[in-house]
Amino acid sequence: MPYVVTEWLGEHTDLPEGLTAEQLAADLVRVGLEEEAIHGTDVTGPVVVGRVVAMEPEPQKNGKTINWCQVDVGGHNVVEGAGTDDERRVPRGIVCGAHNFVVGDEVVVALPGAVLPGPFPIASRKTYGHVSDGMICSARELGLGQDHEGIIVLEKHGFSAELGHDLTPGSDAIALLGLGQKVLEINVTPDRGYCFSYRGVAREFSHSTGARFTDPGLPSALGAPLPAATPDGFPVEVSDDAPIYGQVGCDRFVTRIVRGIDPAAVSPQWMQRRLTLSGMRPISLPVDVSNYVMLDLGQPTHCYDLATVEAPIVVRRARAGERLVTLDDVDRTLDPEDLLITASPGLADGDEGTHVLGLAGVMGGASTEVSASTTDVLVEAAHFDPVTIARTARRHKLASEASKRFERGVDPQLAAVAAQRVVDLLVQYGGATADPAVSDLDRTTAPAPILFPVAEAERLTGVAYAPERVGELLALIGCGVENAGEPGVLRVVPPTWRPDLTTPADLVEEVARLDGYDNIPTVLPPSPAGTGLTPAQRGRRTVARALADAGFVEVLTYPFVADAQLDALLVPADDPRRHAVRLVNPLSDEQDAMRTSLLVTLLQAVRRNVGRGLTDVAVVEQGLVTRPGAGALVAPSLPGGTRPTPEQLAALADALPGQPRHVAGVLAGEHVPTGWWGGGRRADWADAVDAVRLVADTLRVPVVVAADPDERPWHPGRCARVTLADGTLVGHAGELHPQVVENLDLPARTVAFELDLDVLLDAAPTEPVEAAPVSAFPAAKEDVALVVDDAVPAADVRAAVARGAGELLEDLRLFDVFTGPQVGEGKKSLAFSLRLRAADRTLTADDIAAVREGVVAAAADAVGATLRA
Amino acid sequence: MPSPDQATPEAQTGADAPAAPSPLDEVALDAAVDAALADVAAAPDLEALKAVRTTHTGDRSALALANRAIGGLEPADKARAGKLVGPRRGRLNQALAARQTELEAERAARVLVEEAVDVTLPTERATRGARHPLELLSERIADLFVSMGWEIAEGPELEAEWFNFDALNFGPDHPARQMQDTFYVDSGEPGVASNLVLRTHTSPVQARTLLERGVPVYIACPGKVFRTDALDATHTPVFHQVEGLAIDKGLTMAHLKGTLDHFARAMFGPEARTRLRPSFFPFTEPSAEMDLWFPQKKGGPGWIEWGGCGMVNPNVLRSAGIDPEEYSGFAFGMGIERTLMLRHAIADMHDMVEGDVRFSAQFGTEI
Repeated sequence: MPYVVTEWLGEHTDLPEGLTAEQLAADLVRVGLEEEAIHGTDVTGPVVVGRVVAMEPEPQKNGKTINWCQVDVGGHNVVEGAGTDDERRVPRGIVCGAHNFVVGDEVVVALPGAVLPGPFPIASRKTYGHVSDGMICSARELGLGQDHEGIIVLEKHGFSAELGHDLTPGSDAIALLGLGQKVLEINVTPDRGYCFSYRGVAREFSHSTGARFTDPGLPSALGAPLPAATPDGFPVEVSDDAPIYGQVGCDRFVTRIVRGIDPAAVSPQWMQRRLTLSGMRPISLPVDVSNYVMLDLGQPTHCYDLATVEAPIVVRRARAGERLVTLDDVDRTLDPEDLLITASPGLADGDEGTHVLGLAGVMGGASTEVSASTTDVLVEAAHFDPVTIARTARRHKLASEASKRFERGVDPQLAAVAAQRVVDLLVQYGGATADPAVSDLDRTTAPAPILFPVAEAERLTGVAYAPERVGELLALIGCGVENAGEPGVLRVVPPTWRPDLTTPADLVEEVARLDGYDNIPTVLPPSPAGTGLTPAQRGRRTVARALADAGFVEVLTYPFVADAQLDALLVPADDPRRHAVRLVNPLSDEQDAMRTSLLVTLLQAVRRNVGRGLTDVAVVEQGLVTRPGAGALVAPSLPGGTRPTPEQLAALADALPGQPRHVAGVLAGEHVPTGWWGGGRRADWADAVDAVRLVADTLRVPVVVAADPDERPWHPGRCARVTLADGTLVGHAGELHPQVVENLDLPARTVAFELDLDVLLDAAPTEPVEAAPVSAFPAAKEDVALVVDDAVPAADVRAAVARGAGELLEDLRLFDVFTGPQVGEGKKSLAFSLRLRAADRTLTADDIAAVREGVVAAAADAVGATLRA
Repeated sequence: MPSPDQATPEAQTGADAPAAPSPLDEVALDAAVDAALADVAAAPDLEALKAVRTTHTGDRSALALANRAIGGLEPADKARAGKLVGPRRGRLNQALAARQTELEAERAARVLVEEAVDVTLPTERATRGARHPLELLSERIADLFVSMGWEIAEGPELEAEWFNFDALNFGPDHPARQMQDTFYVDSGEPGVASNLVLRTHTSPVQARTLLERGVPVYIACPGKVFRTDALDATHTPVFHQVEGLAIDKGLTMAHLKGTLDHFARAMFGPEARTRLRPSFFPFTEPSAEMDLWFPQKKGGPGWIEWGGCGMVNPNVLRSAGIDPEEYSGFAFGMGIERTLMLRHAIADMHDMVEGDVRFSAQFGTEI
């Protein structure tokens, strides 16, 4: 995101004295330019200009050669011997590893006591057999960018006494180099492409503070009138046979030619400093000038080595199989959607545009790059279609400074001004001359006017802006505003740098933002007549609360899983849980699937807790799992802005995989803790099954529990399958398979359950409970012990008992299960306690005897039970 | 204190029992009563008192014998003897009853002392459970909006791109649709795009709600969202948002501000408030970032970023077939993790997502 160097901003707008980066950030955020960061390189003195008065190369054992230098630092020289202070001063001895300087050069010296960015405090130190009394600095060491090729030689960096710079030894280099400036980096939202420039930021600063603003992007800002295109301008053609969304890739292309640039010329120091502080590295005069104009105005330009560009330039889409080595030395295969700048060396053969110069608006090619020997350049300033540029930048993963601007939208009327600025700077600092020939291919269209009912501003903001105020504010941002002929309606032509302004709502935002969001009143809207939470929403809460009350701790886990995690749970290859939705771009390549079961990830959480020494845990999670159907997952691609047809909406709905809400829980270790009251109780399969019953009871859904030997990750002999009365599967509960426990390193006999909560919520009764009257007649208690085959499920016996007891049965408990010689081999005794009561009378001995007989008969009939002797 | 066992009835009613006084011998009767009253008063506990009762009122006691002897007296003496013996027996019985009450009270008090326990012993025989605070906070936020008459809407987490982007005015080439933020779903067929994503925000619920319920509508949608950010102290690829949407005739940004301020006060106390800064979202126009004045901020009260909001873009309304010239409304969204972190001074995102029970356990079942 763009950097804002305060002094540069001040070229286009009036800044208050001593404006800090923090204050600038506060001013800009009011109009919507948020602070991203404040970059500060703190440099504290003494950092001074030094003149090298002697240097002695000294080869070292490690193969390096260092220079033992004597550096005159004026008033900071060492005082030695007799005489006046001035007479006694001698230059400082400094060891330097760089070799890009000679005796007589002015350099930057950090003296003992200085602190460079890092922070890196400078002190006298013994090194290579000398006491080095300071450091001769490179640009990087001073926080001036990444250049560490050698030390700064001030003259080569554009400083000279002739230009008014104070290069006297001992003078302050912090002020000279502009060190230690804090620079604001702003965050520009995608609709504000124009703020990727000092031009745009200065405009916004003026909107925020009312400061004067001079638009440097208008021809009037130039020193001389903008030259018109000439017939002998460099020929340019646009030949776009594959526009995207009907938008031709290039609608403006300005060229200029500059000849005789001194190859030895370097960019002026102020330009280098501004580029460096804005986060760019100075490279060469033509490149620096191009970058400087881009940062200043927002218009990317490109300088070609004129000798390498054969007329005419053709802007066209790439052909299949075409290749280009870009400036970053990457050999790229081009896509037919890529827009190219090409030249025509084969023109004699009637073959245009065979020489690919670069990816339009993204990056130039290596072969036409300006080099150290370039003297004549062709300057390009063009306007490209944002979508074309965005796609190419993403396709080639090439987010260049140019592409960032073009994809957000560049002012199409800026090209000629920007080209002129480049020409002017090259002429001024490169000793060059500009050709009078100018070409300007201009097929831009003026922004469409917006009919703006002024009342729209009040309708959307609640502020009754005066119509004059609305017009004024819109004019301030550069709009052409006039009456549309209808009362209360303005005809607003947005400025060319605001392609985001296309609807009345866009204009309302501008009015509200400039007037200030703080001026919008605060009004609580009247309450609608709501109906509260839905039964399902309430049901989910009740379940969560009931499980917490039962001792479970709720956790949340990520839904991303690896196939190996299902392997660890012994889930068979043909299990539906193996059929998962996969991500194109998962965070980790292994975990590329969306979970089909909560336990997969919940058991990992249990493992983490156990690993952290929490060996007695009961955890629960509610969440969605993803269960795709059989076919491919493809949703229709539909446009926004219009309501889809019912068929399209149905197709969208059908494309989504099932995403049922599950609830799963795991218990490991003691469920009832050991304490002063005695031994505790480890969680067992029954706790898991009871949690399921608790959930079902909470929602008032009757469920059926039956053995299921086939469901993993559960123990084949200790797993309950839970269904609705109609057989619909709800889930499973029980003890985990010992192999799973071992695979996941869980405590022995860890138990778990997982339910499809949506099935239960759908089955939950919606009608209110019909209350039965509470009988106040006395209860009778009766115990019955029944002997059945071992294989008979207790639930079947219980059901038979309940049926046999009839309507007098109020409560039924199985209080003992007994096996042993007394009941016989392969048999078990189940003892039930019955509480009987009638609604209308006291029970008689005959009543009770009849119940007992009924129970025994029903149990005998249903499960072959006999009364225990 | 002597044990009750030591005072056996036999020891008191043995052969040395006093000889029966004559029912007419007032002196002897008085002596017997005085002796009995002295024993009653001296009985140290209920067992001893029981023995005293047997000794002095039992069949072989002096007063019982004297009473029984009345029957053998001359009729002329019977009445006098009755007047001598009856009141004395009555006095003794009263004394016995009084002493009985006194000793019972003493014993009751003693038992309570003896039965005392150490009430500071740990009592947690059933393990305490807890809810995850993100869920609790989501529910609390939902409750606030329900209390304002709004309803709670939900949508799928794996969502069609149309709902996540197109319906919300993100064009096909919008930067937010690119891979750096969004998890894309594999269609299962090579070279075919699924046009499905893990929703990057709760805003698709806006579009779903407008399509399904029409207008006017006032909804809040808490839910899980996904972005391709690696987990660190302040980022998580799976997080929670709450989205608000109100569409009606005559709704303005003033109503948006009113709703946000109310929400802020409910979450952070009466001093909390919000302020808006211009910003950009494809599905709102005008758009704003929302800052929260957070009284409990570390280092002193101050503004912190809380979420995004704005007036619903006319194109979003059109995507649902609603006339933007007739209806207007606002939408806002904020991160529930961030709200939770601010409210409860949580420094590191890891604690919220790792499933460590110690984190949830701090919050119990109410937030």
